[in-house]
This record gives sequence, C-alpha cells and structure tokens, in this order.
Amino acid sequence: MNTQLNQENVVAMNQGKRKTIEIAGLNFFYGKTQSLHNVSLDIHEKQVTAFIGPSGCGKSTLLRTLNRMYDLYPGQRAEGSIMYRGRNILEGGQDLNMLRAKVGMVFQKPTPFPMSIYDNIAFGVRLYEDLSKGEMDERVEWALKKAALWTEVKDKLGKSGLSLSGGQQQRLCIARGVAVKPDVLLLDEPTSALDPISTSKVEELISELKQDYTIAIVTHNMQQAARCSDYTAYMYLGELVEFGETDQIFMNPARKETQDYITGRFG
Amino acid sequence: MIGEHSSKQYDNELEAIRSKVLLMGGIVETQFLDAMTCFRIGNAERADRVMREDDAVNQLEVQLDDQCSHLIVRRQPAANDLRTIMATIKVITDLERIGDEATKIARVAKALHARGAVTVNHYEMVRGIANNTSDLLHDALDAFARNDGTQALQLIAQDAVIDHEFRSIMRNLITFMMEDPRTISAALDTLWVAKAIERIGDHAKNIAEYVIYVVEGKDIRHTKSHATEEQPEQAEE
Repeated sequence: MNTQLNQENVVAMNQGKRKTIEIAGLNFFYGKTQSLHNVSLDIHEKQVTAFIGPSGCGKSTLLRTLNRMYDLYPGQRAEGSIMYRGRNILEGGQDLNMLRAKVGMVFQKPTPFPMSIYDNIAFGVRLYEDLSKGEMDERVEWALKKAALWTEVKDKLGKSGLSLSGGQQQRLCIARGVAVKPDVLLLDEPTSALDPISTSKVEELISELKQDYTIAIVTHNMQQAARCSDYTAYMYLGELVEFGETDQIFMNPARKETQDYITGRFG
Repeated sequence: MIGEHSSKQYDNELEAIRSKVLLMGGIVETQFLDAMTCFRIGNAERADRVMREDDAVNQLEVQLDDQCSHLIVRRQPAANDLRTIMATIKVITDLERIGDEATKIARVAKALHARGAVTVNHYEMVRGIANNTSDLLHDALDAFARNDGTQALQLIAQDAVIDHEFRSIMRNLITFMMEDPRTISAALDTLWVAKAIERIGDHAKNIAEYVIYVVEGKDIRHTKSHATEEQPEQAEE
C-alpha cells in the first residue's frame, strides 16, 4: 500500500506547487509503541494542508514532528526524513529555537501567557530579535492586525491576555505565532474549544494568513477541513491512507476507507 | 455494497429519498406505457389517467427537492453521498419532464382518435422507437436503483439509435404528407408523438449519465469520450 501511495505522492508533487516541507518514510515512536508508519507527503508553500482522521490516528503526532515539539518529552523519537529548507530537521545539531520560530504552533486550547496582551506578543519577539520600543510597537500592531484582533484590543493592550474571550485568546496565540515571522504555522485543532462565530473568524484568518504562510492544520471537524484547506491527508492507525487536493478528497476520494470516514460510515 | 452510516437516521433519510425516486420512476414509466396504449387504441379514459398522474409526479418532484435540500443542510453529505444527492436532484427533473412528454402523447392521442380521421398507419410508424425508448427508460431506472455504472454506460449508446429512428420516422411522414395532403393532420400528430418519445429517450440517457457520476465520480455529460471508452472499473464490492 505504501509504495503505491508514495508513487501517487510523487505524481502530486510533479504537478507544480513549491514544497515547503517534504516528509519521507517517517516513523514515530512513543517509547516502544510505534504511532506513525512510513508516512510520506509534501506540504506545499502558501497552501493549507489539513490532517483528518479518527482520534489516535497520529495526525497530531505528525504535526508535532514538524517542529520537533516531541523533543521536549523523553522516550519519544522519530525516524525518516523531514526536509525543510534543504535540511533534514530530524538529524542532530539543529537550532531548535530557530526551527520553532520558523515553524510556529498553535494548540487546541488557547494558551495566552499570564501577562499583558502587548507582552504576549512581544515576549517571543524579544527572544529572537532586538527591537527598539518603536519597532516593537509596530510589530505588535502588525501581528495583532494579521490575526484580525487589533480593532478589538487596541485600547487595552496593557490588560491581561487572560481577560479576553476564548476566541480572542486563540487569535492572540495566533498573533503571537505570527509575530516572530515564521514560514510555517502548525494549528492543532485551533477551533475545537471555540464557539461558531469565533471559529469562523479563525477560519477566515487562516485563509488570510495563507497569503504569506504555509499552514498545516489538524482538525476533527471535516467540514472545517473542506472549507479551509487546499490539500487534505486522511490518516488511520498511524498510516497515511490518502493524500490529495481537498476537492478531490471530499468529492471523489480514491480509497474506500477515506470515503467511509468522510461520509460518516466509520465505525 | 456500501456500508452503513454511524447515524442510522442518516441512512433512513437517504433510503427514503431513494425509494421515492424509484416510486416516481415507476409512475412515469407507467405513464409512458399508458400514453402509448392510448395512442394505439384511442382509450380516452387511459389518456385522462396519464394526465392525472402527472400531478402526482409534479408533487413528488417538489417533495424530493425539499427532502434533498433538507438532507444537505442537516447532514452535509460528502463524496458518494453528495454525488447521490446531486444526481437525485437532476434525475427527478428528468423524470418530471418524461411525465410531461407522456402527458403530451396522451393529449395528442386523445385528440387524434376523437377526430377519427386516422389515415396513416400511425402506431406502426412509432412502434419501434416506442419499444426501444421504453426499454431504455426501464434499464436506466434499473441502473439507478442498483447503482450499476457498467449498465448505465451501455445504455448511453442506445440513445443514438433512438435519435436515428426519429429522423427516419420524420422522413417517412414527410413522404406521406407530400403524396397525400389529407394525411397531413394525422401525420403531424404522429410526428409530435415521435418527437416526444425521442425526448423521453434523451431524458433516460441523462439518468444513465447521472448513474455513472454517482458510481465513478466522472461527469461524462457533453463529452464524446464515453462512446469509445472501455468498460469502467467495477464499483467497489
């Protein structure tokens, strides 16, 4: 199955778009348990790639390998290759801080720092850049505008980030990720804790952000994947079952397993 | 053939739509057969029945459109489910038109026999095309009921035969009318009937095309490809 999939991916690759990240033969282990099996796919530049699949299928794990978030936990390791900017980021000797600045991540639950809205944004920027007060003000405003939050918070930048609503907090986290000017944004179920209006704001934001960034999103909401993404990957039990353009996956999936999942015949 | 949804209710809704389409298909098939019988023997009562049933067909079209939009808004169907619903919305339009054509035939037949001036052998003229069209319609509905893309593909070629038959009938009737102007009135009526039958063939072909769309996800309308194409792959087990 995997060789066939690899060939299909090669075909998809040759069809044009530039690739930001190329994943090949990726295996991932939590201790002795293998949770990703020989996953190969490309993440295209300035496109949204969605990962769907039932709980435990490995989609979040895959996302966490893309900026080596798993390194923070002992016993977790990845094999294979993830090429980003000409280097295999799974190899030793990487500047992980730089990697995580370039490949930013937003989590399921909003995680604002317990500090002011302004400092939530400035905190990350200070780690990588030495900006003057004026430049920092500009950067904070720029990031909040990018995250479509500026008009809502511009008069209360000194207030705690925790005082915002859930949807605003999540957009604050996205602004924080954007502020360090990354290449790639990884979104791990960014709207699962949000109400429908906040959700549509975040989705709107995703389509805005893809003008400048490459985005990978994990979502349980299939309609969200259909609405927001250009490419969709369906995963099951740690394997990549099907990867293709979102329209094709949702209109006419090549594999029966994919069709059963997206039409709700899974069980 | 296709597994069940985790939501039983979703399956029930899809099944309800499906059986109503087949019910509607059954009614228009009967309408067509009745209209042809009426054209053959001039049974006015049967002609009235065809016209009455057209109301039922129209009602079913409205109900089915409504059920399909409800299913879309409640279930957001995807993949084969989405294609089934899209195809259903189109199939019922074709069925409704078939009902209209059958009604047209019944009306002409009633008028023709009421005038009593039958001078051309009107029924013999259209017997061949009527039988072929009736088979095509029946098989198209059968392919829809069984989601049989292979059968549907074979049916599409049959419509070309029907179109050819129609042109030949037309030439024939023109000859009659030129030879003896007294036949003009009956010949024209027969021509309207032949045209209506030919249109029913077109609608049946459309239904076959939608079946291919449902099964294989390929839209073959307005392409020449299907004429030369090999057999499609068998649908999943």
